[in-house]
Amino acid sequence: MGKNDGFASWLEKGSQSLDLEMQDALREPEEIAQQEREMDLEDELAPRRRPKLRALEAARRGSKGTVFRRLYCVLAVLMCMGLIVFMVFSVSMMPEFGDPDTLEHSELSSFYVRNTIRDSGAANIICGIILDYRGFDTLGESHVLFIAVCTVMLLLRSPNDGEASELDAADLEEHRCEVRNDPILQIIARFVVPVIFLFGVYVVLNGHLSPGGGFSGGAILGGGMLLYLFAYGYRRTERFMTLRTFRIVSCCALVSYSALKCYHFYTGVNEIESIFTRGVYGTLFSGGMLPLLDIAVGCVVACTMYAFFTLFRKGDF
Amino acid sequence: MEILNAILLFVVIVCAISVSLTKNLLSALIIFMTQSLVMCIIWILLESPDLAITEAAVGAGVTSLLLFAALKRIQALEDKGDDDGKK
Repeated sequence: MGKNDGFASWLEKGSQSLDLEMQDALREPEEIAQQEREMDLEDELAPRRRPKLRALEAARRGSKGTVFRRLYCVLAVLMCMGLIVFMVFSVSMMPEFGDPDTLEHSELSSFYVRNTIRDSGAANIICGIILDYRGFDTLGESHVLFIAVCTVMLLLRSPNDGEASELDAADLEEHRCEVRNDPILQIIARFVVPVIFLFGVYVVLNGHLSPGGGFSGGAILGGGMLLYLFAYGYRRTERFMTLRTFRIVSCCALVSYSALKCYHFYTGVNEIESIFTRGVYGTLFSGGMLPLLDIAVGCVVACTMYAFFTLFRKGDF
Repeated sequence: MEILNAILLFVVIVCAISVSLTKNLLSALIIFMTQSLVMCIIWILLESPDLAITEAAVGAGVTSLLLFAALKRIQALEDKGDDDGKK
């Protein structure tokens, strides 16, 4: 039990205080609370039990709790039914799948279908919409991902300025050594990971020509990195992916995306000819700055996926 | 094609209901992955490969991995054949 004492005791404290609160609320006799606390301390499995279940158990005992629970069930079912009816209703309002008259009914989609290729030069209309008409949205999305990683880092990153206790060190060491050199996983990963990386790069680079784009390609790259991590452990991934790499790649990608978008707006408003030419329709070097934007988004997403996993798993890079 | 669509949609619904009814968190997570993969096939049938790629990479891949990490973190996986490495 030693390695996770800190976390376990924290969980136990949390569940105990929750118990106390529940029992205070239901005016349970003090002896039962006392007994429960003793049981908790003895019971090795206590931290594993979910606090919610115990709250429900506690609620089942009091009469007030029973009423609340019944009301809760009824309301939950009613709300679910309402949501289902609402969603089915709104789906039935949509035009039928494959209906040739759709373009006539919807002004927005007909505008996109008619003008995207001329405006952005991308063969994949969706990419043109996401990165050109709604490029500002995508900028915001990339920043949301980055900010989320920053927040997780603030919350979960273990302090490593000499203040880290032995417990944390043991915890870290345990996580570090947890990859058990599974031969099946390693052999499969040896063959599959290069293919995944290649496919991810293909999806990112061809975002303006074929289905996919920065977000999907970045997610594929991130998934490939995680598979590599599972197979070979942190020591191998630390060679190419450290906190420093994450910082540099993410910040560079976000800054270059913003700069490209600024340039795009500037040239668009002043009707200056952009240095990013449309190129020949349907070739790799076409669509102006769309491939560059795709690469930037892909870098941010791939780094974010990897960073999320390592931060949650290890509390650090 | 209609029949295939109906079967896939039925599988999605069954998966979605059984995720919430499964007591074992690990099984629930695997059923959730299955649901994402079936959803991915449905996206392809609906001719939106962009969404299909994203669903396969994010829904079935990265989300599940994050949830696995979370389960490991709260020690919900410990009694499942994980002990051999530790004891």
